[in-house]
Amino acid sequence: MAAKLPKPDELAAGIDFRPPKTGWMDTPVELKEGMFCWGAKEKNLKAVSFPNARDWSPKEKDWKLPENWQRIVLEGMADRLQKYRSFKLFMDICVRCGACADKCHFFIGSGDPKNMPVLRAELMRSIYRREFTKAGRIMGSIAGARELTLDVLKEWWYYFYQCTECRRCSVFCPYGIDTAEITMMGRELTNLLGLNIDWIAGPVANCYMKGNHLGLEPHTITSSVEFFLDDIETLTGIRIKPTFNRKGAEILFVTPSGDLFADPGTYTAMGYLMLFHELGLDYTWSTYASEGGNFGFFTSNEMAKRLNSKIYAEAKRLGVKWIIGGECGHMWRVLTQYMDTWNGPADFLEVPKSPITGTVFDNSKSTKMVHIAEFTADIIKHGKLKLDPARNDHLVVTYHDSCNTSRGMGLLEEPRHIIKSVCNNFHEMPDNTIREYTFCCGSGTGLNASENTELRMKGGYPRANAVKYVRDKHGVNMLANICAIDRATLTASMDYWVPGVKVTGVHELVGNALVMKGEKERTTDMRAEPLPGKEGNE
Amino acid sequence: MKIYDGGKILLGLIVFVGLAAFPFLYNAGKAAAKPDPKTDTPVIQEMAEKKCVEPKEFMRAGHMQMLNNWRDSVVRDGMRVYVSNTGSRHDMSLQNTCMNCHSNKKKFCDECHNYMAVKPYCWDCHIAPKEKES
Amino acid sequence: MRALVPLIAVIALVLLVFAGVQTANMQFLFGVVIPYAAIAIFIAGFVLRVLKWGSAPVPFRIPTTCGQQKSLPWIKQNKVENPSGTLGVIVRMALEVLVFRSLFRNLKSESRDGGQKVTYGSEKLLWLAGLAFHWSFLIIFVRHFRFFMQDVPSVLKMVEGMDSFLQMGVPLFYMTDAVLLGAVTYLLFRRFYLPQIKYISLAADYFPLFLILGIGISGVLMRYIYKVHIVGVKQLAMGLVTLNPAIPEGGIGVVFYIHLFLICALLAYFPFSKLMHMGGVFLSPTRNLSNNSREKRHINPWNYPVHVHTYEEYENDFRDKMKAAGIPVEKE
Repeated sequence: MAAKLPKPDELAAGIDFRPPKTGWMDTPVELKEGMFCWGAKEKNLKAVSFPNARDWSPKEKDWKLPENWQRIVLEGMADRLQKYRSFKLFMDICVRCGACADKCHFFIGSGDPKNMPVLRAELMRSIYRREFTKAGRIMGSIAGARELTLDVLKEWWYYFYQCTECRRCSVFCPYGIDTAEITMMGRELTNLLGLNIDWIAGPVANCYMKGNHLGLEPHTITSSVEFFLDDIETLTGIRIKPTFNRKGAEILFVTPSGDLFADPGTYTAMGYLMLFHELGLDYTWSTYASEGGNFGFFTSNEMAKRLNSKIYAEAKRLGVKWIIGGECGHMWRVLTQYMDTWNGPADFLEVPKSPITGTVFDNSKSTKMVHIAEFTADIIKHGKLKLDPARNDHLVVTYHDSCNTSRGMGLLEEPRHIIKSVCNNFHEMPDNTIREYTFCCGSGTGLNASENTELRMKGGYPRANAVKYVRDKHGVNMLANICAIDRATLTASMDYWVPGVKVTGVHELVGNALVMKGEKERTTDMRAEPLPGKEGNE
Repeated sequence: MKIYDGGKILLGLIVFVGLAAFPFLYNAGKAAAKPDPKTDTPVIQEMAEKKCVEPKEFMRAGHMQMLNNWRDSVVRDGMRVYVSNTGSRHDMSLQNTCMNCHSNKKKFCDECHNYMAVKPYCWDCHIAPKEKES
Repeated sequence: MRALVPLIAVIALVLLVFAGVQTANMQFLFGVVIPYAAIAIFIAGFVLRVLKWGSAPVPFRIPTTCGQQKSLPWIKQNKVENPSGTLGVIVRMALEVLVFRSLFRNLKSESRDGGQKVTYGSEKLLWLAGLAFHWSFLIIFVRHFRFFMQDVPSVLKMVEGMDSFLQMGVPLFYMTDAVLLGAVTYLLFRRFYLPQIKYISLAADYFPLFLILGIGISGVLMRYIYKVHIVGVKQLAMGLVTLNPAIPEGGIGVVFYIHLFLICALLAYFPFSKLMHMGGVFLSPTRNLSNNSREKRHINPWNYPVHVHTYEEYENDFRDKMKAAGIPVEKE
């Protein structure tokens, strides 16, 4: 198993910001256990026909690389330099002003200089200069160039799987250099050599073959939902009857499969079910397109497109008019900035129009896919729901913006409007840690494995620290978010850094406050915690 | 080589080249005139040895500082006598010393000042000498 | 040390031109041939580099959104930090280019109480120094146009008048001279002083700073201390820009040649260096795109068909399980 995780106090006190005595090019990478994930298994790479599929371990000296691995990487780089202006430009124009340095959660939590976005990018720029610029070829290390050796490749792998593509650095960069773009390229290149991590490769294979990351087969999906329906019936006395793969529904609903699998995401899923039922929405779930998230996005552009294609394909097959997407972070970066370009145009769908309020969602008139927070905020604004925020009075809530919905979309006020409508106690974290300045949970881009917990806790430290601030100041005990990965990973990071703070999806809070027609008097919330004033009733 | 967003990039490059090469474009087809300061005033012509208070090279580069020092010396300290490097003594006065010989402000002072776009503030206080001929 | 090589390089450049002009009388080489070559390299190199960037498409619409998106009508969009149209992008880019909007956001994270608390305070010094440096450089550059124009337009005279409005010393002291030298010195200083910045700095970061410092110092020396034949300078400059180059009689002064040669070095170095951020900032896809990819399809010119796992294959894999679970299927 992984190295022993240090205690929170030790970890925090041990963050050392003094750079090593040796320059970064002369400091070889040391793969520390707890800071990386296990290598991708052969079967998972084979399932999606990825190259160099074999079982391998990053801990072994021999990574079982193809003989001509350098050529594969350099040709892959040349190809991508020609395909992505961002890549080419960001290789050339960094002035190393250092504004990005202390913006990265992994740097703040680890002090490792190679976690400064600028240096993470320099790991690749140094090769770019050597191989693709004359100055680098002639002047070598004076021009900041170096050879692509096995050590460099291992360094790439180690640090490109220590970046969650959260884009916080790109907010501060005077030229908008986005380390996510560089990490993506780094991951594409490592994938050409079969150097994926299994925590990504597994879900990708699952999603490709079975429709979702968790590998839930169709009957498992319906039975999972059936459990939720039982719980909802126990809570409200109402039996909800959702449909699956139903042709002719008005709306297709796609959410990350994590919501169907583990607490607290399951409560969010229950929230969706209750809301849609109460609205009488004509919608269907799909078992084929049963994944909103896209771990392919953490592998390669092509793999991401392959997984994403299912959403439009299923919408077309079922003949729906438009699509609602659930609470998920990177899912919405993909849906906002990639889906239509890859798999559009979705001209077989209609411009989304809320059947409840008549609101036309012009901002998604091409993708035809609406974020559930946009949908619900509109419903609440129009007063179409009976809400009892007092049912959330036992909660003191703060809100964590997901990296992708804030910096890759700008969905900031919609979830806040919902939370403020369904909760009476809401406190923001400090300004420099929310909205476009939000910190990653520390485990995005498929780094939410267990063998790298130390990395995750280090990366989660800035976010947790801001939560701790509002916990101590306002008594916050609930961290709301709109991301399935957040729900899983922030739970772990709160338990570690800020014990006592739980994690919830926004639509769980909606489900709690939602007064449903014909419901019985509720005595608990969805988690079977007694409601305020109902503590003795059981 | 295909250029994506070619229109916008081209426009940007035209602006760049226009600015970077502006001095060349602006002066295209023009001939550069050289300033030709004249020292042919009657007073100078009558001088046996035609020389200024200091050597020509020194005056050319440093006259502004010398005049500035003269002004400070006269106005603040009441010192009116300048002793040159060769020991000759002169009255520190723009109008009585300098302009006595160089009575042709337009042909002497302005010739270079205009060329270099320099506007000395001598004449903010002093009255420019009347010129006999243009 | 990584700063030493560039420092030696700049000193070597100075010695080279000093020897060339002072002892070998190579005024024509340093006054005419090299300036022409440097300008040609600068313009051609800059254009080629930008075209090279342009030859790669922007396959995806990837603006970094730094504010509220265009959403429901009652939610106020941040039209500049999250633009959905061209006007917003223009304003965003203008702020970025003219006042370094993103750098203005800069924060400094500090760990307190043995890591118990992290704070993020405003840190504007880098922004201020960057802005002061770039703007004073621009003003100084514009001021120099008096050497390139026979009749200097009043706009330039106004710029010069404002720059010297303190009316200190003779010749009048330019504020931008001091600001430029101060800002460059700070930018250099932080590369020595701040441990992280020192750690990331390459020779390519020190070289342009030393070079610009050399240009600034030689310029200041020439104006205030080691006087040169200024009319001769303009004659040379006018000769160059009217394509009738000639070295003026009587000589100019070696400081001028040092100043000019360092500028030439900067111009020739420019297209091959990080200094190309000047052109690059305009092309940055995280800043110059509107966030409207849900509203209007962004086209990727190299989008290609990919292998997908179709619904049909999926149903073939799971038909019995689907039927058993009561999920409708296409083929019974």
